[in-house]
Amino acid sequence: MSPLRETLIAALIVLGALFVLLGSIGLARLPDFLTRLHGPTKATTVGVGAILLASAIFFSGSESSAISLHELAILLFLFITAPVTAHLLAKAALHRQLPGTDVADAETPANDKREAPD
Amino acid sequence: MRRRLLPRPLLSLSVFLIWALITNAASLALLVLGGLLAIVVPHLAAPFWPEPPHLVRPLSALRFLAVFAVDIVTANWRVARQVIGPLHRLSPAFVEVPLDLRDPFVATLLASVVSLTPGTVAIDVDRQGWILLVHALDAPDPQALIDEIKERYEQPLREIFAC
Repeated sequence: MSPLRETLIAALIVLGALFVLLGSIGLARLPDFLTRLHGPTKATTVGVGAILLASAIFFSGSESSAISLHELAILLFLFITAPVTAHLLAKAALHRQLPGTDVADAETPANDKREAPD
Repeated sequence: MRRRLLPRPLLSLSVFLIWALITNAASLALLVLGGLLAIVVPHLAAPFWPEPPHLVRPLSALRFLAVFAVDIVTANWRVARQVIGPLHRLSPAFVEVPLDLRDPFVATLLASVVSLTPGTVAIDVDRQGWILLVHALDAPDPQALIDEIKERYEQPLREIFAC
């Protein structure tokens, strides 16, 4: 394996790990349920994406296959399922009326009209 | 006859491509099996999906994917900085985005795109009023966020699927 490819793979893995770490830090630091939801569901898209890209480069050109595309399938399924998880977690939080989940505060164009002085 | 065999050509193509990705398309036998699946699976899935969306502008779809990919990276960077920065400066908010589209599948797609873009999570689509409920990590100006979601994601999706 050429040094250039090794460097690229190493850089992608470190980048991916960094974003996964940032996601975990977000999970730990953010104050309430819904803001915490943003940490892991987000940083994992680029975090896992970079690690998968590194994997694709590593396994491409090896003896088993000319080009490795498993990783694209993983990414596809991850992108389909991650929003569903976030959606279900958020719905559960709203249902249990956790702190910070008062939708009545929602900012809408219509709300401004409703709050016109009486 | 062709319509009977392949009622959803695009779905068949997707099934075949995903099969090829999963198996790494290592041999002819696997590709033939993938072809069989591409014929059978859309028939089995048809009852779950009575009104298939129509992909009208495939080229716009590719451009949309490119915009989406760039947005994911830039927004990830922004959220990463917010997460390690001072938290009290964030202003999390619920935002209600009134939708112009009227297709359940495209609404799901829009909600997924909003969820995958860092900093925003789509929580619910109200199908009476067609309102997308979004939670934002930092939205000092909710109206700007509403406009951004509508212009950047909803408008292109409506063009791509003609709804």
